[in-house]
Amino acid sequence: MVAVQSRLDRLVRPTFGRHLLFALAAAVVLLLLSSQIGAYDDYNLTAVAIFAVAAAGLNLLTGLNGQLSLGHGALMAIGAYTASLLLKDHHQFPVIVVLLAAVLSTGVIGIGFGYAAARLRGPYLAGATLTLAVAIPQVATRYKSIFGGESGLTVAPSSPPDWLGADFPPERWLAWIAFAAAIVTMVLLANLLRGAPGRAFKAVRDNEAAAALAGINVARTQVLAFVVSAACAGLAGALLAYWTGVTAPAGFTLALSLQLITAIVIGGLGSLAGAVWGSPVLVFVPLLTSGMASRLSLPSSVADNVPLAIYGCILVIAMLVAPHGIQGALRRILAYGRARWGNTPGGGQKGVVDWDDPAPDT
Amino acid sequence: MKSVMGGNALRIRAIAIVCLAGLLAACGTSGDSSSGTNTASAPGITATTITIGSTQPLTGRAAPGYSEISPSSNAYFNYVNDHGGINGRKITYYYYDDGYNPTNTASLTRKLILEDKVFAMFSALGTPTHLAVVDYINSQKVPDLFVSSGCNCWNDVSNHPYTFGWQPDYTIEGKILGQYIQKSLGGKKVGYFYQNDEFGTDGVKGLDAQLGASSVPDASRQNYVPTNTNIGPQIAALKASGAEVVVSFSIPAFTALALLGAAKLGYHPIWVVSNVGSDVTTLTGLLKNFSKGAVGGALLGGMVTDAYLPLTGDSANPWISLFKGIHDKYVSNLPWDGNVLYGMAQAYTFVQAMKAAGRNPTRASFVKALETTKLNGGPGLAPYGYSSSNHLGFLGVQIYTIAADGTQTTTGPVYTSSDSGPISQYSGSASTPPANGIP
Repeated sequence: MVAVQSRLDRLVRPTFGRHLLFALAAAVVLLLLSSQIGAYDDYNLTAVAIFAVAAAGLNLLTGLNGQLSLGHGALMAIGAYTASLLLKDHHQFPVIVVLLAAVLSTGVIGIGFGYAAARLRGPYLAGATLTLAVAIPQVATRYKSIFGGESGLTVAPSSPPDWLGADFPPERWLAWIAFAAAIVTMVLLANLLRGAPGRAFKAVRDNEAAAALAGINVARTQVLAFVVSAACAGLAGALLAYWTGVTAPAGFTLALSLQLITAIVIGGLGSLAGAVWGSPVLVFVPLLTSGMASRLSLPSSVADNVPLAIYGCILVIAMLVAPHGIQGALRRILAYGRARWGNTPGGGQKGVVDWDDPAPDT
Repeated sequence: MKSVMGGNALRIRAIAIVCLAGLLAACGTSGDSSSGTNTASAPGITATTITIGSTQPLTGRAAPGYSEISPSSNAYFNYVNDHGGINGRKITYYYYDDGYNPTNTASLTRKLILEDKVFAMFSALGTPTHLAVVDYINSQKVPDLFVSSGCNCWNDVSNHPYTFGWQPDYTIEGKILGQYIQKSLGGKKVGYFYQNDEFGTDGVKGLDAQLGASSVPDASRQNYVPTNTNIGPQIAALKASGAEVVVSFSIPAFTALALLGAAKLGYHPIWVVSNVGSDVTTLTGLLKNFSKGAVGGALLGGMVTDAYLPLTGDSANPWISLFKGIHDKYVSNLPWDGNVLYGMAQAYTFVQAMKAAGRNPTRASFVKALETTKLNGGPGLAPYGYSSSNHLGFLGVQIYTIAADGTQTTTGPVYTSSDSGPISQYSGSASTPPANGIP
């Protein structure tokens, strides 16, 4: 009995094992869920998984390392164009090769940009990353023969393998790919954050001088955060290319970068779970509001802007009600419950909310 | 003996029943029977409704003007619904805002097909946006009708058998505009200003085919990308090149920007503008807006453009009085302009095609009917070109000019052409709408 207990402990205790178990559970749930719902819901869940990957990367950079990036939409574009160029002219590469190539290319560009970013602070960093968001789509229109100009490059869908049957919906297959990518990303990021790099990220965010005094190489830590974050954006971009079926500059405007920031702020800055909570908001709120334009009998100049107005209102209300995002609100509820009913393991004071992980108010 | 007789009679009765059942089944599924009862013959078609869907730029940079198209189509559908619908079925039209962003188009198109279960896509707007979904729509075998774009990419019968264009493609338009320049503006130096995508390059292809590629030097070929509103350098380059005629394949916002940019430089060439970028009402509004009221429609004086539908100001034309009447009754909050006319005329074509497909069409039988049935009489100046080898709609245009007070005057006959064929004069006469306005 004791032996079994200790063996179980050895499996569960180490962080990696715990993350793996959690990932396995998530995979099973998602697999079951995706098989129960229709193709269209699968398609939307795929988008949630894609945005979760990108938002997790951005949250690592912004929430945990304190570097604000307005250029993650452009990094997604680099991943998407890498995938589309590989698949151009009906080349058949396995999905895994395409995704890894996108991670690699965006990671390499992330190194270059990370070095520049590590020298910049606050608004200057935001400005530098903003240029990325503005410039990258223009490169695609400038070099039309390579990148296809405004109409972009079409991407052949990845068709499901034969053993799944002929009428297996391609949307579900893509959903599985995206789920797998998201879960792998989350496990790897969770491990990174629980280890020395994660602690270094937070130390640099909170006080660079103190971190340097503690022996952390500040610049190198910031570059590492940027590269990991860029690689996530690249992976999400490649998945987005499959999801959209076309990679065009109009799909990677500044609005996409801002959407990602919206996702992490709404979800909760500074935690991986926050990225997961924020993504459904990005996907489902516009869908809920988009149908209204044609169903309300309003003057079209008003009706056309109703979805955007509702979206804006939701963001404002969310910020007022849950300034630390969904994850912050959940934590607060949990902490309040613990404090109220006296189950606080550390014997915290009653009624006092104890923020256990990163202060989100960076 | 008796038993044999009985067996025979049984067999005959069985055969009779089978025949009858077969007949009944034939009645139920036949696409071209015009009488009988309505059945739910295809996704999106019930006994009482037909559901179709579209993606449109209702907001964003392509919205000015174009956002009027789908409410206007819907107004015509409401008019048809109020007059009994198509074979007793009411049309439900969903149109969603994609903001001219292909990523949104991809997801909204799936929403329409997988969730709203539309019978067909209708009037989906934009070249880059629709290119994102055209493969998907065809893989789902959903009719993809009357794409609101003149890209000749929609006329690809072997790869996209379910996709149909509607307006004349930009290459045809470029050729006929080029012919006008040769005939009426001969000897003047020509320059191009075009959108850097299929829209612009297809147009330039037609112009070059007509004018000769070498007659327009590189310095006189300027393009823009719709994400960058600073077009001053291109206009300055056109001025420096000495172009006296500038052919512009541009969306309305960029036509207005080009006119303002040229006026600012004191540069006054003759503007020859593609149909999509030349609507007087839209341009006047944009000019006033961009210049903060400093200039208005007067800047349009002398502009040359073309049309494939009757002119909105031609109140004597029976099509115009029909559509203007529907506009006044159903969507009077929109300005009466070329976009409204466009949306209504497209909706008219859809009703024509639905009627041609018979009472209980399937998606495949509908496409077959559109390829094989000649749609007679429509709002277009030229006839429809639909066949099993051609998925283009109207094949021709007529040139018209715009005066400083906004008056539009047609010049010359209607010309028709194809991407590679010669230009010929259309000799048929204009059609008139049926009395009740429904095909």
